[in-house]
Amino acid sequence: MKNIAERTGQGSEKSEADVYVLRLYVAGQTPKSMVAFANLKKLCEEHLAGKYEIEVIDLVKNPQLARGDQILAIPTLVRRLPQPLKKIIGDLSNSERVLVGLDIRSLKE
Amino acid sequence: MSKENNIIRSSDIFLLKCQTGIRGMDDITDGGIPGGRPTLVCGSAGCGKTLLAIEFLVHGAIKYDEPGVFMSFEESSEELAQNVASLGFDLNELVSAHKLILDHVSIEPGEIEETGEYDLEGLFIRLNHSIDSIGAKRVVLDTIESLFGGLANESILRAELRRLFRWLKAKGVTAIITGERGEGTLTRHGLEEYVSDCVILLDNRVEGQITTRRLRIIKYRGSKHGTNEYPFLIDEMGISVLPITSLGLRHVVSSERISSGISRLDTMMGGEGYYRGSSILVSGTAGTGKTSIAASFADAACNRGERCLYFAFEESPSQIIRNMLSIGIDLEPWIKQELLDIYAVRPTIYGLETHLVKMYKLVREFKPKVVIIDPVTNLIAIGSDTEVKSMLSRLIDFLKSNQITAFFTNLSHTGAALEQTEFGISSLMDTWLLLRDIEIGSERNRGLYILKSRGMAHSNQIREFLLTDDGIDLVDVYLGPAGVLTGTARIAQEIQEKAAQNLHKREIEQKKREIYRRRAAIKARIAALNSEFEESQEDFDKLTQQEEAQERTLAEEQAKIAHLRAADKPNENQ
Repeated sequence: MKNIAERTGQGSEKSEADVYVLRLYVAGQTPKSMVAFANLKKLCEEHLAGKYEIEVIDLVKNPQLARGDQILAIPTLVRRLPQPLKKIIGDLSNSERVLVGLDIRSLKE
Repeated sequence: MSKENNIIRSSDIFLLKCQTGIRGMDDITDGGIPGGRPTLVCGSAGCGKTLLAIEFLVHGAIKYDEPGVFMSFEESSEELAQNVASLGFDLNELVSAHKLILDHVSIEPGEIEETGEYDLEGLFIRLNHSIDSIGAKRVVLDTIESLFGGLANESILRAELRRLFRWLKAKGVTAIITGERGEGTLTRHGLEEYVSDCVILLDNRVEGQITTRRLRIIKYRGSKHGTNEYPFLIDEMGISVLPITSLGLRHVVSSERISSGISRLDTMMGGEGYYRGSSILVSGTAGTGKTSIAASFADAACNRGERCLYFAFEESPSQIIRNMLSIGIDLEPWIKQELLDIYAVRPTIYGLETHLVKMYKLVREFKPKVVIIDPVTNLIAIGSDTEVKSMLSRLIDFLKSNQITAFFTNLSHTGAALEQTEFGISSLMDTWLLLRDIEIGSERNRGLYILKSRGMAHSNQIREFLLTDDGIDLVDVYLGPAGVLTGTARIAQEIQEKAAQNLHKREIEQKKREIYRRRAAIKARIAALNSEFEESQEDFDKLTQQEEAQERTLAEEQAKIAHLRAADKPNENQ
């Protein structure tokens, strides 16, 4: 897992408003975190292809970052953009709820 | 020294205590809360949980060099700092000195969506980071139960909380976890299940519109602790818990005597006054001069250079000073010299316990030798008889154990038996002075007598008690066949007596004069008789002379005749 922003190619050309800036907070490479990342990646590819970026933050390495986004639960997905801030906690296994939580209307519609 | 004292008891070895630094708190917990373990502080809203927790951290940082982490689930760091600034705690300064970390954990339920499995590792990491960054020894979680409002999955939450408390223990930090009181349970979500080493309950009860804060240690594993409900105060100095229990009757007594400020009263008590460290009660109906006696005592104490603390429940300090000036007692210089402090407050402002705590605090701060409570009766307005009695007995025990002479005034009601105080506190008193109205001849006078005075010879006589421009004076009352007389009745009686005496004197003089006259009359009569006697003697003599003369003349005549007749001359020479 990488601790840097991972941006898919096409996304950068889009206007800021359409870009989903997501942050996934994890604590070490736990199974839950791995599952969450995999679920997120899959979901984004399906629904937000080309207009999302995911930043994975490992709190074990950077514990001071937990304060800024008020992180308690692990894993936590934070939607930093578009506003308002949204948080989804859990392993993101229920994609329906993740979509609702991130306020994403499926591209397939 | 007995041998037992050298044996280290097991509790000393196993139970590490962490001093909270909160006044009184460490006394009732026998040294502090359990070190390296979590303690649950629960109570309803507004009873001082957060303040207690903050004080624990602030004292830790300042006094014991133990940095602390405050994790707040309710108030933001700014709010916290503001709230306690009024108590003289500068949290921001401690934060910049790396003695304290304030971490506000906010959970917005609307912001969070839950999908699937999660844990609270984020919280752990956050706390761990804070603890490690300043080497914290103390942690506060205030109020962690807020998580139940923000997170829906209670089973995960419970499991994580259990893990959190275990983790805190393993980390070796002393933690205070606060919890809101629930219905029928100590905390709303049953935190007491997880934190079981020490549970402290704070309470803020309203009785008769007066609230009293109380603290109770519900449990404390492996340590002895006070089991009572202890009242506590939150004032400008923070929390003070005062272990106010009956301290037992073990205080050392002094045989030193101190003047009451009224020389005649001292005389009544064997000439020396009260015992130092004793408790003195003055009871009497309204206007019998209780405050004056109290003020005299205060004045005498200050004169000796001792400090005196005067609790006035009826009058303001300036009123007392003015009134006492009228009987020649000037208290003002003593206040200026800080020998006297008058603490005037209406009894109804606090509950009994709070009053007691306040008194303790003031006594500890001012360190007086004499404490006056005027009048103690007013406290009854805010508590039941038993409560007042228990409060007073604790107060007296406290004062006695500190060798402070306690002086109480007691307002008794007219009609009630004088030898009875409203709440039976007389048994707590060593010396009991009784002031009584003596109403004679449409006049009210004050009488004073010593009802009891433990351990000293004392006069059993009633004295009339006069308030003069030069202070209090005690004079002997008139004791006559008509009973005790005071005031003008006494003066009238004295006049009357004088008059009777005068009359008696006059009568005797008159009688004397009469006898004298009689004697004079008799003398005169004797004189008259004497003269009569002499007269008759004279008469007798005259008659004898006459007779002699006659006889002589007769003899001459005969001789003449015989001569003439030429009778022979009898031989007269033979």
